[in-house]
Amino acid sequence: MARYDTIVIGGGLVGSAIAYGLARTRLRVALLDEGDVAFRASRGNFGLVWVQSKGDGAPHYQSWTRRSAQEWPALAAELEAKTGITVGHQRPGGVHLCLGEAEIEARHAMMERMRVQSGNFGFDYRMVDRRELADMFPGLGAAVSGASWTPYDGHANPLNLLHALHRGFAENGGRHLPNSTVTEAGAAPGDFRIRLAGGDISAPKVVLAAGLGNANLARHFGLSAPVKPLKGQILVTERARQVLPMPITTIRQTAEGSIMLGDSQEDAGFDTSQRPAVMQTIARRAVLSFPWLRDLQIVRAWAALRVMPPDGLPIYDQSERFPGAFTANCHSGVTLAGAHVNLFAPMVAAGELEPALELFSAKRFDVSATT
Amino acid sequence: MVPAGASAAAAVLAAGFDSIRETPVEGCERAPYCMMGVCFDCLAEIDGVANRQSCMIEVRPGMRIGRQMRARMIDPKAA
Repeated sequence: MARYDTIVIGGGLVGSAIAYGLARTRLRVALLDEGDVAFRASRGNFGLVWVQSKGDGAPHYQSWTRRSAQEWPALAAELEAKTGITVGHQRPGGVHLCLGEAEIEARHAMMERMRVQSGNFGFDYRMVDRRELADMFPGLGAAVSGASWTPYDGHANPLNLLHALHRGFAENGGRHLPNSTVTEAGAAPGDFRIRLAGGDISAPKVVLAAGLGNANLARHFGLSAPVKPLKGQILVTERARQVLPMPITTIRQTAEGSIMLGDSQEDAGFDTSQRPAVMQTIARRAVLSFPWLRDLQIVRAWAALRVMPPDGLPIYDQSERFPGAFTANCHSGVTLAGAHVNLFAPMVAAGELEPALELFSAKRFDVSATT
Repeated sequence: MVPAGASAAAAVLAAGFDSIRETPVEGCERAPYCMMGVCFDCLAEIDGVANRQSCMIEVRPGMRIGRQMRARMIDPKAA
């Protein structure tokens, strides 16, 4: 039986970020990847490294997201130096556009709540009025009344990030095992065995990062991960010269010039089909924001499934029944990549999650625990 | 000359041109390749419209086929 220090189940952005972070410290790490049958949220990402909308009412999530965004520049530089793959990270700040006064009021109230909740950590934001916004974004639509802005937001190329994490993992001696759907697992404290077609593997630690697959996998390890799919659709335009100076919650221009439009949310089970009505809504709102988008051809579109915990916040746990087994689940695999590589992986290596992560335990969904 | 019903990309190749566009980021020259609407290497400015897939458009007498020079321009103020 092949023995490792840690087995990471899930080769998407969450699993490969953690596996990369572990392999960097010279631990022997196996990364199990399901293959083409997986839902692969990590291939359908929008690519924002986004802070300003995360954690209203959950200051621990706001600060975790901020910490991740702070780790991103160093992670991007490290991956580029190690793998030669440019992950295209930029952090010029970002805006959320508001159409109409009601949206401005609601947004302003939310941003102010987040500032108050941030306490001593601080939360710099500004509400930008229409006149100033029109200077920042040429060709701003008449329907746009204003925006919220923070300096923390940015974006990156999510496919290049996934590629770079996998290559960096391999260069650090990690073992990537594709087509390794986990169907049978044996768990004992500090002793985990996974049955694979090519033979069993074992390790004293296992990290469950299988996205939607965690929902079924977790119970084998004395854990819980009640995640559900939330469909998102994205439209991509032809490439154009750079015109957007910074990313917007639902619109961003890639380093190569494509403009991506997205951020729909549909509760449609495991259905990944595209729906014209949703695509129309995405396109209509984008054209209201920037009328010049009307002239651009759409060259690609897709739907993918977000990995969504019931309250939208990540789930991180270490099993009490089987210490050494960890879960990591979130819908922001790009944004949180910095935290997963530089903060979460070292906690797994040390065998203990930091106290600040206790609030992310799936115990929060346990009704008996909250009464 | 190409037969009626041929694509604009076929006409460009038949005329002996060895490239039709520049890539958006690095400005490398590209010529029509897949001829079936997949690879986007045949992008051209056709009758004033940028980024057309010339392999998917039937060529007509008098059609103006121009090179696609890097990414297309957009004028946000013009809309």
